[in-house]
Amino acid sequence: MALLQISEPGQSTAPHEHRLAVGIDLGTTNSLVATVRSGEAVTLPDEAGQHTLPSAVRYRDNGEPVVGYEALAAAADDPENTLVSVKRFMGRGVEDIRASGHRLPYEFVAEADSGVPRIRTAGGDVTPVQVSAEILRTLRHRAEASLGDELHGAVITVPAYFDDAQRQATKDAARLAGIEVLRLLNEPTAAAVAYGLDEEAEGVHVVYDLGGGTFDVSVLRLTQGVFEVLATAGDSALGGDDIDRVVAEWIIEQAGIGDTEDTRLVGRLKRDARAAKEALTAADSAPVEVDLGDGRHWSGTLDRATFDELVEPLVRRTLTPCRRALRDAGIETDEIREVVMVGGSTRVPLVRERVGETFGREPLVSIDPDKVVAIGAARQADLLAGNRPDDDMLLLDVTPLSLGLETMGGLTEKVIPRNTAIPVARAQEFTTFKDGQTAMGVHVVQGERELVADNRSLGQFNLHGIPPMVAGAARIQVTFQVDADGLLSVSAQEQTTGAEASIQIKPSYGLTEGEIEGMLRESMTHAEEDVAARSLREQQVEADRTLEAVEAALAADGDRFLSDAERATIDESLAELRRARDAEDTTAIRRALEAVEKTTAEFAQRRMDAGINEALAGHRVEEFHDA
Amino acid sequence: MSEASGPDHFALFGLPESFEVDTEALAERYRELQREAHPDRHAGGDDRERRLAVQEAANINEGYRVLKDPVARARHLLERRGLPMNDETDTTMDPSFLMQQMELREQLAGVREAADPFAALDELRRTVDGAAREQREALAADFGDGSQEALERAREGVRKLQFLHKLAAEADAVDEDLTEAS
Repeated sequence: MALLQISEPGQSTAPHEHRLAVGIDLGTTNSLVATVRSGEAVTLPDEAGQHTLPSAVRYRDNGEPVVGYEALAAAADDPENTLVSVKRFMGRGVEDIRASGHRLPYEFVAEADSGVPRIRTAGGDVTPVQVSAEILRTLRHRAEASLGDELHGAVITVPAYFDDAQRQATKDAARLAGIEVLRLLNEPTAAAVAYGLDEEAEGVHVVYDLGGGTFDVSVLRLTQGVFEVLATAGDSALGGDDIDRVVAEWIIEQAGIGDTEDTRLVGRLKRDARAAKEALTAADSAPVEVDLGDGRHWSGTLDRATFDELVEPLVRRTLTPCRRALRDAGIETDEIREVVMVGGSTRVPLVRERVGETFGREPLVSIDPDKVVAIGAARQADLLAGNRPDDDMLLLDVTPLSLGLETMGGLTEKVIPRNTAIPVARAQEFTTFKDGQTAMGVHVVQGERELVADNRSLGQFNLHGIPPMVAGAARIQVTFQVDADGLLSVSAQEQTTGAEASIQIKPSYGLTEGEIEGMLRESMTHAEEDVAARSLREQQVEADRTLEAVEAALAADGDRFLSDAERATIDESLAELRRARDAEDTTAIRRALEAVEKTTAEFAQRRMDAGINEALAGHRVEEFHDA
Repeated sequence: MSEASGPDHFALFGLPESFEVDTEALAERYRELQREAHPDRHAGGDDRERRLAVQEAANINEGYRVLKDPVARARHLLERRGLPMNDETDTTMDPSFLMQQMELREQLAGVREAADPFAALDELRRTVDGAAREQREALAADFGDGSQEALERAREGVRKLQFLHKLAAEADAVDEDLTEAS
């Protein structure tokens, strides 16, 4: 517009074409988005200034799902439709979820021809992947709105101990949210990046990451900007949620509640349990007040000693993986330079104490344990987007779990052992066990156990066209390839004929390509809404900017340059712009903006002329010659 | 001697073809190679370039794994010398070594019943580590010699080392069980 040109900071297109890349920590309890601005990685707040986004999505029978704090606030009153901690369900079947021991208020629906459970909500049946996509979409919008640019891509973090099914589910969620995944990055590795770059520390580091629903421990060696993961271990179903659960069970016992089916009561108990847990990070005892419903209340006190006793078994469950990771890495405790604590649950004093004992040193807590993962991911994203061509930071990661095949008798034959550096490709030869056998089933599994039944089944496919031979004569080469995201693809080839079969592993509990496409089509309507929401937001920003500028100009020079009638016309056009802005009508805002430009054009011209005259007044001609 | 086939990990890492490896230099070279090849270094490239980067990085990882581990390194050397090992046909073994192995396995089986299981386990580990060190020294000498006779000896040495590594891994598993139970 003609009136005043205001250039928004950060909106100018730099010549080297900086690409908007973000790191996203998609957590069980909270999620965050971070980006690198002026060389520094920062987490991005929402419009209210909140950095963390609770990983909660509430589905309603009319309208869009609600994500974040607003959803979380409804969790106690509308537990069936408010989905929290869905990260626990990613890449999992209904049976896995039921076996977790958590009292869940959700109604799971199994759909024919799909391994993926649906959760019944007022807004329809949704998969955990779709719920995660809502969270990711919210963070994408946040990044795009606050940085005023389209997102080039994101590094999304996953627990190091996530298996192939869980990783694939996370990638599917990003796809549904319209996010280009630059890399899936292991959470402890991301944390190490945030720490390593800050502290410039060379040597062996242990990252102990106890989040809301997952536990990881990684042993890394830092050498001249190279972060080499030596070993990782963990438990992808252990976290702060479990601490809340044991405390809630204690309350149930103390208050004599017994077996309850009341999901609202259970929801309140979890909230109260969490509050007590948080209070006990600083205090030695915490009061517990529970609304039992029907106007009845129970109150008691949870002291530190009782709390420690309750969580001790959970903490102990984290220490075995710690020792295993050290052994796999071939590292003795005295070689460790630093133990880094990550994840909100590492605020529990007993956790810090036990970790300190296990590694023989005081753990490091200098970076906010909630933000450190997103910050590390943002740095990696910035690098992968090509914004830092001179930086030679490099992350070398490993597979957390062994990958193998089912052989005779339901036994697992490992092809790629756990803690193998990725990317990796490895082939193994197998043979037929019956005379004249022409086909072979390939069953891919992940896990450390001997029996296939005890490991996680990743997928199955058949190799046909094996020439009929005596048992043991055919030579079938099965090749496993794991990419830098930790995702597996498998192919099989008969060596004498070249008959070939291959699959990108589609986990047994994963969404099929068809399902994802269906969801994408569905979300295309969302995408249109997204575009509409975005252009409305842009017009509103433009309207605010114009209103502010014109009002400032009127306050300064309105009386000097305008007649009452002219002033009234301008005021009216401004009022119309304000109405359109508040009515959230994109077209009306655009029209009102054009009207304001027209009504203020003459005013702007007069101000500019006067400005030039003033600038010239009192100067001699020579001065301008010199200039 | 038949023609050697397959990858040449020593050449990839620019190291002399020898059983004794400078582990520092190996690690340093590994980082240098990955700095160039890793897919993260080619994130802006086209599909083909990125696919090649995955393959190349996988080759480097495989080479590093083989050269780091004495057993895999020795097997690779034997392949390079045209004497690849065959696990199904190479089965003869020095009887006194087998006897020692049986004794050590019995010792491991008895660890849980010992008065101090961890001390018993430590003692066993020391024995196993000592025997493994002897085998590595013998392998270094045989590969240094390089004659047909010495290489044949190395083939048996590799299998002995494999036995010992397997035993050490089993000792680790017992340690894990004991630690969890305590």
